[in-house]
Amino acid sequence: MQENYNFKHRHILGLEQMSADDICHVINTARSFKEVSARPIKKVPTLRGKTIVNFFFEPSTRTRLSFEIAAKRMSADTFNISASTSSATKGETLIDTARNLQAMNPDIIILRHSSSGAPHLLARNVQASIINAGDGTHEHPSQGLLDIMTIMEHKGSLAGLKIAIIGDIAHSRVAGSDIRGFTTLGAQVYLAGPKTFMPAAIEQMGAVVCEDVRDAVRDADVVMALRIQQERQNDSLIPSLREYAVCYGINDRLLQLAKDDVLVMHPGPINRGVEMNPDVADGARSVILDQVTNGVAVRMALLYLVLGGDKPGVEQGG
Amino acid sequence: MDGLIILKGGRVIDPVNGRDEVADLWVTDGKIVASQAETPADAKVIDATGCWVVPGLIDIHVHLREPGQEYKENVASGTQAAAAGGFTAVACMPNTTPVNDNGSVTRLILERAEGCAARVYPVGAISKGSKGESLADYAEMKEAGIVAVTDDGMPVVDSQLMRRAMEYAASHKLVVMSHSEEEALVRNGCMNEGLNSTRLGLRGIPAAAESIMVYREVALAELTGTHVHIAHVSCEDALAVIRLAKQRGVKVTAETAPHYFTLTDDAVLGYNTNAKMNPPLRSEKDREAIRAALADGTLDAIATDHAPHSVLEKELEFNYAANGITGLETSLSLTLELVRQGVITESRMVELMSAGPAGIIGVEGGQLGEGAVADITVIDPEMEYVFTAEASFSKGKNSPFNETKMKGRAIMTLVDGEVKYRL
Ligand SMILES: [Zn+2]
Repeated sequence: MQENYNFKHRHILGLEQMSADDICHVINTARSFKEVSARPIKKVPTLRGKTIVNFFFEPSTRTRLSFEIAAKRMSADTFNISASTSSATKGETLIDTARNLQAMNPDIIILRHSSSGAPHLLARNVQASIINAGDGTHEHPSQGLLDIMTIMEHKGSLAGLKIAIIGDIAHSRVAGSDIRGFTTLGAQVYLAGPKTFMPAAIEQMGAVVCEDVRDAVRDADVVMALRIQQERQNDSLIPSLREYAVCYGINDRLLQLAKDDVLVMHPGPINRGVEMNPDVADGARSVILDQVTNGVAVRMALLYLVLGGDKPGVEQGG
Repeated sequence: MDGLIILKGGRVIDPVNGRDEVADLWVTDGKIVASQAETPADAKVIDATGCWVVPGLIDIHVHLREPGQEYKENVASGTQAAAAGGFTAVACMPNTTPVNDNGSVTRLILERAEGCAARVYPVGAISKGSKGESLADYAEMKEAGIVAVTDDGMPVVDSQLMRRAMEYAASHKLVVMSHSEEEALVRNGCMNEGLNSTRLGLRGIPAAAESIMVYREVALAELTGTHVHIAHVSCEDALAVIRLAKQRGVKVTAETAPHYFTLTDDAVLGYNTNAKMNPPLRSEKDREAIRAALADGTLDAIATDHAPHSVLEKELEFNYAANGITGLETSLSLTLELVRQGVITESRMVELMSAGPAGIIGVEGGQLGEGAVADITVIDPEMEYVFTAEASFSKGKNSPFNETKMKGRAIMTLVDGEVKYRL
């Protein structure tokens, strides 16, 4: 990393906009914040007086909670607003709503929305920093960053690693961010899943698509399974969850093909017995709970960095 | 001669009469007349030196939004934009509110068009309400003044209904225009399917959604012997079907729009809703195929699919934003770019924007022969300017070409020998 490095992103819209230096800076910052969460008094004054709005158009308790904990540990004032996309499109538009919010002068708006690009639209129309907490089938950058942090903690770096991502790539914003982030840091990403789950021209984003799931998992350093939505059966993308589990579910036998020290990951929540067997999810190689812990640290780092912080001022304690 | 106008010293390009020469063009009583050696003292002389004098441009695919959505556009504003873009006539699509599926709506549109800056040729709906269920009253609409039928904006899903539409339209000497799209393959798609849709996380529409339907239309045209016209062709596969059909002698014509030979789906990056349209902007390979098809005759016309919307419909999440862009005032400049790049000749350009479109809907215009109606466009091919949506005559400001540097534009438009626009 360059010595006079400066994190220059006022918004976090996706990992597409982040260089390797940017990503490493976020992870380094997150590492210092992770220590805060281990203290008996888990609070620093860093963002005291700042207002952060959690603006969720889509239910996601896990992500919202993770951002909220991150904000509270930094002493920011947080507000949760939830709305349903369907009611919003009928009357007030996203921009109207955002401008109303803007009038209350928040410093950061964390947006979860079912439309890809909604955070970009917001960023063009309000003053606050926008953090994308998942948009449509596009990106979920904080999830991508926490995945990277988790892999780095165990493997040191991502350079040269073989990372397999199994499942519904086409509808996964986590995959969207992971593929970008992992390849930016020099990992080789292998994808497997039925063709109905593969987005067009995905190879051109630097990933290798495997027809046989075993080719993706063989010698992998990391195996990540993605959540399969029940409704994909009705969309005729898969015939049944059962058949999916048989063909692509991560079980011990499949994992035999991977490296001995393979990390098993999942963005959660897991459909146990569908995309992953329970013994694998809870097994020794699983780092799924580390992902959750790192999520708070990464989100603390993002809140801090978009407001212009350079060096985490955590040492003064709280 | 009363009210004689002489367009002096311009390059007259008139492919129908095989003309391309520097000459004077004489107009009187709304007609082109033979020029004489002597200039009468009372003649109004317009200097056209350095300019092209061509048959008035005709756009057979525009949305004027009246009746029903006048906040987006009306006949008056749309025809003003047409005249400013060099068009002397436009054919307007029936997806108004109410739909133009009966004689009274047709008559209303034509009443509104009286005294406007360009001729208006209404196109009637294929089916009542464009619902795709039962045929609209073609005879009544034809009597009122329609020149074609289409359910543009929506594909005719039922193949049997499309067959009947073609047969019935033939009985009334109407061309059937097809908005070719296989609905099930489009379902909630909002841009071209490919790397960019994957990068943006937007639902893609494969080119096959268009070519499948074009194949159906061509097959039905062959079955019924009717002339079918394929609207807004955007992809290589559809062109291949049309090319083959033409070789087989099927009565099929086709148009494309300037955005398909100018832009690719890269224009959508950044979730630019001003680049959202239907069919969507495609790949570079498709763009090249469109350019080749304009040159080789597979495509018969350039039409704009001028689709004005208010900012309310465009400043939204990409998947909720309305489809369509304005096009009347950028079409000529974008097409002139093809001429400068050597893709098509000047005369082919005039054919694609005037005689070709006139022939498809069977209206006057498209040529400058003696006795022809004096619908004329004067083009300065060298004039450089920056197009701004703000300065546009259209109520719609939804253009991906806003703030784009352009070269060449219409500086004067005459309809029936009357100056309707002068820069
Ligand atoms: Zn259409």
